[in-house]
Amino acid sequence: MSRIVVVTSGKGGVGKTTTSAAFATGLALRGYKTAVIDFDVGLRNLDLIMGCERRVVYDFVNVINGEASLKQALIRDKRTENLHVLPASQTRDKDALTKEGVGKVINDLREDHFDFVVCDSPAGIERGAHMAMYFADDAIVVTNPEVSSVRDSDRILGLLQSKTQKAEQGDSVREHLLITRYSPSRVEAGEMLGMEDILEILAVPLIGVIPESQSVLQASNSGSPVILDKASDAGQAYDDFVRRFLGETVPHRFLDVEKKGFFKRLFG
Amino acid sequence: MAWFDYFRQGKQGSAKLAKERLQIVIAHERIDRNGPEYLPQLRRDIMSVIRKYVPITEEQVNVQFEKGTDYDVLELNIALPEREH
Repeated sequence: MSRIVVVTSGKGGVGKTTTSAAFATGLALRGYKTAVIDFDVGLRNLDLIMGCERRVVYDFVNVINGEASLKQALIRDKRTENLHVLPASQTRDKDALTKEGVGKVINDLREDHFDFVVCDSPAGIERGAHMAMYFADDAIVVTNPEVSSVRDSDRILGLLQSKTQKAEQGDSVREHLLITRYSPSRVEAGEMLGMEDILEILAVPLIGVIPESQSVLQASNSGSPVILDKASDAGQAYDDFVRRFLGETVPHRFLDVEKKGFFKRLFG
Repeated sequence: MAWFDYFRQGKQGSAKLAKERLQIVIAHERIDRNGPEYLPQLRRDIMSVIRKYVPITEEQVNVQFEKGTDYDVLELNIALPEREH
C-alpha cells in the first residue's frame, strides 16, 4: 500500500522543496521505497536541491504524455538507496498536468510497490498546487512564523478539506503542520510568532519545528538534502520529523534559546 | 552590538499584534469558506442597504455562520455608530 504525501504551503519560499527533499531522503534512509515528484512545472528546482540536475533526461510531463516511460524518467538517487526523483518539466506550461495523467503516474508508482510518494507542490493555489494535493493521503503543511505564511497555510487547509479526492469521497486528508525557519531567540524577544501561537490559530497537529539554520543554504548550495547533514540542527530536526511521521514519539527540540552566560550576552 | 541588546530585553515585541491580526482575518476567511457560496455577496448587499441609512464600515458588520445538525445559523451583528444628540 503506497502512501501519497503532499508537501504544500500556499506561500512561496517557506521551504517546501527543502522539506520534500529532506523528507523523501529520510524515508528512504529508513528502508522505504520512496519517490519524490516535482509538481512545479516551468520552475523546476527539486532536481537542484537533490543534486541530480545534470541527470535529468525525461520529466513528469513526458511521462504523462506517453513520450517516456515512468522507469525512464525516474532518477535513482546516487547517495540514498530506495530513493527516486521525478523532475518537473522546465519548458511546458502548467496545463500539462491533468488529473487523469497525474492519477495514472501515481497508480503506476503504487503498482511498482513504492511505499511513499512525496509530492512537492508549487507555491500558489493554481493547477500545479491542486494536482499535487489531489491524490494525497497526508499533507505536510509548511509554515513560517510570519503573518502571510500562516494566512496562506489556512487557505491551503481549506483546499485540502474540499478540493482533494479524499474530500470528494467524504474522507479527509491527514494534516500535519511543519514550522520552518523558527528562531527561538526572536520568539523569546516577542518579535516572532511562537509555536503555540501558530498552533492555536491553525489548529493542526504539529509534526515538527525546523530551526532557522545556515546549514539549509549550505545543503542547497551543494545539492545534498539537509537531513544528510547529521551534525546540523536543521538536519536533526528533519530527522525527528520523519520519525514522528512514521509513528515514533519524539520530543520536540530546538524550541528554546541556548542559555548564554552574562559575559557572552554582553560581548558575544 | 550585544551589550546594546542586553538593555533592550523585555521590550514588547510585535508578535502579539501579528497573532491578533491573524486571528481576525482568518476567522473572517473561514466563515466565507465554510458558509454558503452566496455569503460574501450577501454581506456586501446588506452593507449597501444599511449604508443608505447610516454610515458604517466593513469592521462594524460581523457575519457568523454556524453549521448545526438540523439547521444552520446565519448571525449578523451590526454595530451602528453612536447616536448624535
